[in-house]
Amino acid sequence: MSAPSRLLVCIAVLGALHLGVACAGFFAPYDPAAQDRARPYAPPMRPHFVDAQGGFHLLPFFYAQELRAGSFDQYEENRVRAIPVRFFVTGASYHVLGVLPLRMHLFGGGDAPLYLLGSDGYGRDLLSRILVGGQVSLLAGLIGAGLTLSIGLCIGTVAGFLGGWKDEVLMRIAELFLALPWIYLLFAMRAFLPLTVPPLKAFLLVVMVIAAVGWARPARMVRAIVLSARERDFVRAARGFGASDGYLLRRHILPETASVVLTQAAILVPQFVLAEMTLSFLGLGVPEPVPSWGNMLASLQHYNVLVSYWWMYLPAVAMVPFFLGYLVLASLLQGGYGTSKMDEALGEI
Amino acid sequence: MSERTAGWVLKGTALAATLGCVLSIRSAASFPTQANPKEELLRVSGDIGRPGGRIVIALRSEPKTLNPLIAADGTSREVISTMQADLVHINRATQLTEPALAKSWKVSADGLQYTLTLRQGLKFSDGQPVDVEDVLFTFRVYLDEAVHATQRDLLIVGGKPIEVRKVNAQTVALTLAKPYGVGERLFDGLAILPRHLLETAYKEGKLAQVGGLGTPASQWAGLGAFRLKEYVAGQRLVLERNPYYWKTDVQGNRLPYLDEIVFLFVPSADAQVLRFQSGETDIISRLGAENFSVLSRQSRDYGVADAGPGLEYNFLFFNLNELGEKAPAEMARKQNWFHSEKFRQAVSLAIDREAIVRLVYQGRGVPLWGPVTPGNPRWADAGLAHPARSLDKARQLLADAGFRLPNSENGESPLVDRDGKPIEFSIITSASNVDRAKMAALIQDDLKRLGMRVQVVPLELHSLIDRIMQTQEYDACVLGIASFDADPNSDLNVWLSSGGMHVWHPSQKHPATDWEAEIDLLMEQQLTATNGAQRKRLYDRVQEILAERQPMIFLASPDVLVGAKTGIGNFHPAVLEPYVLWNVEQLYQRNGAENARQ
Repeated sequence: MSAPSRLLVCIAVLGALHLGVACAGFFAPYDPAAQDRARPYAPPMRPHFVDAQGGFHLLPFFYAQELRAGSFDQYEENRVRAIPVRFFVTGASYHVLGVLPLRMHLFGGGDAPLYLLGSDGYGRDLLSRILVGGQVSLLAGLIGAGLTLSIGLCIGTVAGFLGGWKDEVLMRIAELFLALPWIYLLFAMRAFLPLTVPPLKAFLLVVMVIAAVGWARPARMVRAIVLSARERDFVRAARGFGASDGYLLRRHILPETASVVLTQAAILVPQFVLAEMTLSFLGLGVPEPVPSWGNMLASLQHYNVLVSYWWMYLPAVAMVPFFLGYLVLASLLQGGYGTSKMDEALGEI
Repeated sequence: MSERTAGWVLKGTALAATLGCVLSIRSAASFPTQANPKEELLRVSGDIGRPGGRIVIALRSEPKTLNPLIAADGTSREVISTMQADLVHINRATQLTEPALAKSWKVSADGLQYTLTLRQGLKFSDGQPVDVEDVLFTFRVYLDEAVHATQRDLLIVGGKPIEVRKVNAQTVALTLAKPYGVGERLFDGLAILPRHLLETAYKEGKLAQVGGLGTPASQWAGLGAFRLKEYVAGQRLVLERNPYYWKTDVQGNRLPYLDEIVFLFVPSADAQVLRFQSGETDIISRLGAENFSVLSRQSRDYGVADAGPGLEYNFLFFNLNELGEKAPAEMARKQNWFHSEKFRQAVSLAIDREAIVRLVYQGRGVPLWGPVTPGNPRWADAGLAHPARSLDKARQLLADAGFRLPNSENGESPLVDRDGKPIEFSIITSASNVDRAKMAALIQDDLKRLGMRVQVVPLELHSLIDRIMQTQEYDACVLGIASFDADPNSDLNVWLSSGGMHVWHPSQKHPATDWEAEIDLLMEQQLTATNGAQRKRLYDRVQEILAERQPMIFLASPDVLVGAKTGIGNFHPAVLEPYVLWNVEQLYQRNGAENARQ
């Protein structure tokens, strides 16, 4: 496969993954915060096609799980009744992309609960939580990377283009930020926030915080490119013809940074997703009951969950295709634009 | 507070210098294993054990001190209970008093005078004999205000300290200003101190500084089953058998059976479970229900036991403090809701206690409607109502109290007050206590059905306590208290409006409400009533007032869950603290053959 078509495939796969998470409400059978108190830690339920009598069903069906008498978390399938998986069912209301209210879900179990990926300690459907939690984590990554790159691009361009003492000052500040132990900085910032932060605000805060500390590296990369681009012959020529600074930046210099910015974006998004997960894992990010991959994994801090309920690891598995997709994209972008030489020249900046 | 991380205790430092005049006289001769006829030893029933061996136990934190006068945290008290003894002791299994260092006692008819007779031939763990002077010294230092003994308040009866007088070489008489309902339970946990080791420090006013963990073993002694052997900071504390201990088994063998107890410091509950599973520790107590089920699933050479509901009660309470002018308007508005009894009753009715027991304690607990758990049958009010969860009744109460109910019942539109403001508040919990954080999450979901928007905020324990006791900046809180004794007086400072643990409005100068004044009165009456039935009636009434007014919304009580290697004999966990070490002198390691029979 040629490089551009590989790039297209990669983008298509990533796009599909993101679309799935963006429409989480539709793909998720339940409200991610709804508690089914009769079924804590229900293991993942298997859709069947062949029933206990050997009969084949065209559409998948499942068996209801029933708590074994006297136990807290031991379930057995009730094989007497095959319950068909229903498609396009009406259920809990949700908003598509945060605006359009809908009640239609791709599938559901009708009167019996269907937990494809099991349930957590409160009996909340793990699949719904992973999908909706993905919204939170990925959005944090996307917004965080966007913000960080914008800040980095501005500062890097200014420093590289203006040079002189302004460059010195900005780069020293950038070094300061690089040297900051960011996790402790986040702890400190969280400590100063008011006691109760509503979930949406908490989410935005997390994003802002992670964006605010991450701009230094992209800024330095952009600066290096701007610095070299400024001295190139065609830029000097344009300047000689009387082009203004704004024109030079827009027309000649910023386009040079595109490859670095795009590659950085592909690298930074998963990094920021991971940062959000770290924060929420430590209880500093998105508060319960709003799911995020980080706070879902937080329950693994407890020994009993760690050894008893393997499906609680699934949020960690969910992030793998996203991260792989982004990293493949980053390497394709880097190769595809043919800037590897330049990157080599820039070396470890 | 039932959490073991409380740390408001002076840091113990090794102060060998202040004890310089004292040298240990630990004889090298063989210690008596059979009773000497001059000694009046206490015979205790139980399986005849095998002498020797040791057990290893993990503690959640290092004890702050070995000094019983100033020990305030749970781990220190647990360790001290194996090293010290009291005059009269509460048997943790029967919850009744029994003779200890005092072989007998008499109470005068008016209930004002107690005459206690000491056992003959008692010796401290360093071999020094015990006499009445040690008892007098003990009371003197406990009652001395300058010492700040944690148990001092319990020895002030009717506003006056107890007077102690020597009658003869074996007998002391104690005079109370008023009759005292608890009676001889008073003496439980009051360690008789070695005068020969402590008097110098006491005279120099340095008593609070002795008994740090670094104290040399030769300069520390007690009357408990074990004595100090070795302390390695951050790792372990080793105690050895007290050869002069004053109890024997029914065959007359001197207790304790074990040669050593090793306390390891293992800070997290999960790490304790791992150590226990791998066989590094022999006994584990204060198990969470989740870890209990992990252990019971994989049980090999150990057994786990559910000793039934303990005395810990968990509850939700609202900020009912009088905040005055300084409070922000928003807080004043919230307090208007919280002060409404119907609001609190509605919250109580909406809470699914069964779900708390099932999801938080995996069924190993009981739902609560009052502070006295089924683990304390003698004092629980059998007539207390246990209203079933009812969202409809809760909504009705809220409507009666002037709240406007949401149109839909799915929790999307909010409940609003008279002024149309949505009911939103936060519940703080201790971040280190998973159980309570889970309870708060369940309550959050329950109250959402009433249209209340609740946020759960886990806080570090110290800042949580600070908010409740000092700054009073909080809306509501989920907390738990574990009574140290089954008697109502152990929670006196929770129920009295002047009490420091009167959590919803601590340390009041005058009772803020009529019913708090009534509770104050009832508690004081039961304190001086000497008739048990009368005390029970008075305390029942306290429980009824609490259930009606709901200053604390009682949630659930966990069972006491413990585990031990199958090779440990006489292991009988109790629901009173210390759950597993209360009969430490009788614990023993079975040998292989005995094990096989088990």
